[in-house]
Amino acid sequence: MPLLWLILLVLAIAAGVFIFARARVLAQSGQDRRTLHSLPNYYGSNAAMKSAIPALLVLVIWLIAQPLYVNTSVSGMIPDTAIAESSSRSLVLAEVRRTAEGLDLAIATGNMTEDEARNMRADISDVTQRLSDAGAIVTSQVTQPVLRAAQQFRVLNATGYQIMTAVVLLIAIAGGLWGVRETRPEFRARNVVEQGICVLLIAAASIAILTTLGIVLSLVFNTIEFFRLYPASEFFFGTSWAPSFSGRGGASDLGILPLLWGTFYISIVALIVAVPIGLFSAIYLSEYASPKVRAFAKPMLEVLAGIPTIVYGLFALLTVGPLLVSVFGDDGLGWMQAGTAVMTAGLVMGIMLIPFVSSLSDDIINAVPQAMRDGSYGLGATQSETIRQVVLPAALPGIVGAILLAASRAIGETMIVVLGAGAAARLSLNPFDAMTTVTAKIVSQLTGDSDFASPEALVAFALGMTLFVITLGLNIFALYIVRKYREQYE
Amino acid sequence: MYDIPHHTQETAVTDVKIKAKDVQVYYGDTHAIKDVSVEIENNTVTAFIGPSGCGKSTFLRCLNRMNDTIDICRVQGDILIDGEDIYDKRVDPVQLRAKVGMVFQKPNPFPKSIYDNIAYGPRIHGMARNKAELDEIVERALRRGAIWDEVKDRLQAPGTGLSGGQQQRLCIARAVATEPEVLLMDEPCSALDPIATAQVEELIDELRQNYAVVIVTHSMQQAARVSQKTAFFHLGNLVEYDDTSKIFTNPEDSRTESYITGRIG
Repeated sequence: MPLLWLILLVLAIAAGVFIFARARVLAQSGQDRRTLHSLPNYYGSNAAMKSAIPALLVLVIWLIAQPLYVNTSVSGMIPDTAIAESSSRSLVLAEVRRTAEGLDLAIATGNMTEDEARNMRADISDVTQRLSDAGAIVTSQVTQPVLRAAQQFRVLNATGYQIMTAVVLLIAIAGGLWGVRETRPEFRARNVVEQGICVLLIAAASIAILTTLGIVLSLVFNTIEFFRLYPASEFFFGTSWAPSFSGRGGASDLGILPLLWGTFYISIVALIVAVPIGLFSAIYLSEYASPKVRAFAKPMLEVLAGIPTIVYGLFALLTVGPLLVSVFGDDGLGWMQAGTAVMTAGLVMGIMLIPFVSSLSDDIINAVPQAMRDGSYGLGATQSETIRQVVLPAALPGIVGAILLAASRAIGETMIVVLGAGAAARLSLNPFDAMTTVTAKIVSQLTGDSDFASPEALVAFALGMTLFVITLGLNIFALYIVRKYREQYE
Repeated sequence: MYDIPHHTQETAVTDVKIKAKDVQVYYGDTHAIKDVSVEIENNTVTAFIGPSGCGKSTFLRCLNRMNDTIDICRVQGDILIDGEDIYDKRVDPVQLRAKVGMVFQKPNPFPKSIYDNIAYGPRIHGMARNKAELDEIVERALRRGAIWDEVKDRLQAPGTGLSGGQQQRLCIARAVATEPEVLLMDEPCSALDPIATAQVEELIDELRQNYAVVIVTHSMQQAARVSQKTAFFHLGNLVEYDDTSKIFTNPEDSRTESYITGRIG
C-alpha cells in the first residue's frame, strides 16, 4: 500500500472515531449537553487524537528505522571479496540499491515478471542488459553477489512495509477504541485535548531548537576534522589566504585574517552608509512625516528589504562598480583598478541595510511614550530639541540593538560580496581594492572540485563556525541591549 | 449660564493673568469646548472640575498650546496672557510653553539623571552662564519642588528610579526650573497615594506665591483644599466659575450643585 494511502487511511479512522465518540457521548448524555464536562467536539477530538497521533508517530519512526535495518542485513550478505580494490562497502551498497530500483522498474515496465526478479541468477541470464533495456541506470556489470543482495533488499523492504502497514493500522484502531472507551460524560476531554495541543506546540518548538543544534553539530564535527589536518594557530593567525586546489599540489595557506578583515571592512562601509540614512529616515518618518506620507513612504522603504541580494549584487556589478571606476579609476583619481572593490560592495550592502535600520528604529522611536515628548514640549523645547535630547536618548539602546542586528546581516551577506567585492583575499587599507569575505570564500571552497576530505574543502566549515560564533555573539549582545531597553518603561 | 467675565472684570482687572474669550475647540468634527470665557488671576490657584470628558484638560492644554501637537485639533477664540494673544501668528509656541509650564497626569521624568531632568529646561533656554549657575538653578528648583532633601545625595541617579510621588515632585521641580509665570497641572495627583498627594498639595499652595496655578482635578476635596477659584465644566461648557468657597457652599447653577453633591458625573 503506498504511503499516502496509509496516512489517509489512518486519518479516515481518526475521523470515524471522532464522529463515533462525539455521537456516543451525546447519546450517553441523553441529548442534554449541559450534563457533559466538555463540549461534544472535545470528546471527538480526544478519541481522534489517541487514534491518529500514536499511529503516525510509529509510522515516522518505522520509516526512519527500516532502511537502517535493511542496509545492515543486506550489507552482511556481501562478502569482502565482492568489494573491488578501489571501491568501498558503501559504494557497493549504493549499487545494490540501484539494482533493486532497476528490478522494480523492470517489473513496472513489463520487461520482467515478479518471479524472474526474485530468482534470476546473474551468471545465467543477462541481467545487466535487461535492466538497461527497462530504462534503469546501471553503471557496471551486475555481479551475482550484488544481484542476490538486491533481491534480498527488495524482499526485506516489501515485508517491512507490509508489517508496518498492519502495525500502524492496528495502533490507529486500538488507539481509537481506547479513546472511545474513555468517552463518558464525566470524562475531562477538554483538559486532555488542551494537553495534547500543548504537547504539539512543545514538539514544534523542539524541532526548531534541535535543528539549530544539528546545524551547529554538523559544523563542529567538520571543523574538528579540519583542525586535525591543519593547525589551528595558522588558521586563526595566518595573514595569507592561498588555498591550493587539487591537481596543482603544494601546501595551502589558509589564514582567516585577510577574510575577516575583508568582512569587517565591507561591513563597516555598509554600516557607515546604512546607519545615518536609516536612522534619519526613521526619525523623519516617525516624528515629522504626516500620516499620509508615512503610509506611503514606509512600505516603499521596506520594499528595499524584499529585493533579493543577488539583484543587489547585479546592481553593484553593473551600475555602482563602473560608476565608482569612472570617478576613482585611472581616468579619474587613479585609486581604483577595477569595478569590484570594498567600496562597491559596501555601498550596495549599505543600501540593502537601510530598511533594517530604519524599520527597527522607527518602531523603537514610536515606542517612546508620548508622555516623554509632552514633557519636553511642556518645558518649551522645540521638536528637534525634543528628538535629540529626549526621544533619541530614550530610544538609543533599542537603536543600538537594531544597528547590531544590521551588522550581523552585513557580516553574513554573500552575494553582494561575490559580485561586488571580487575574490582576492587581501589585507589592505585602500577601500578601492578588491577584497573578499568569509562567506564568499566558503562558497568558493565548497563549489570547487577539491576532494571533500581535504583541508581546502573542510576549511569552509571552520570559516562557517567562526562566522557563526561572531554573529551569534553580536545577536546575543543586541538582544541583551534591547532587553535592557525594555525594562526602562515597564 | 453664569456670565463670569463681566463680573470679575470690575473687581480684579489688574490681577488677571490669563483671559480667555469665546474659546472653541474642535477635534476633527467633535466640538469639544464651547464658548468658554474665563479670567484666571495671578497668585491664585484655579481649579477646573467636572466629569470625565467635559473638556477641562483640553481647555488646560489650550493655555500653553499643547494642542498644537495634535493634528486634528482646532482652536478658535482669543486667549490672552498678560494682554497678549497667544494664538497670534507672531507668538512662538515654544517660547510660550517656557512661560507657561505644565505638569502632567502621570509622572513623566525623562530617562536621564535627576540633575539632567531639572537642568533640561534651563539648558535649552540658555538660562545659565556656567556650571555653577546651573547647579544653583537645579538646587533651587528641587527645593521649590520639596524634593531636595530626598535626592540631594543622588543627583546623578536616574529620575525613573524614584517613587511615584517623588517622580511627580521631580516633574513639578522640572517645570518650575524654567521660571514660568503660569503653572498648568493636569490631575497631578491622580497617580499618587494620599501621602504623596498631601505633599504635592502643600507644594501647590507654596507655588501660588510666585505663579498663577491652574489645576485640573477629579477630586472635589482637593479642589476645595488647594484652590481659591473653581471652574466647573460640563459637556464642553463652562457652567460656573467663582470663588471656591462659593462654588462648594452656594453654587448658582443647579448642575454645579448636582455635581459637587455627587448626583451627576
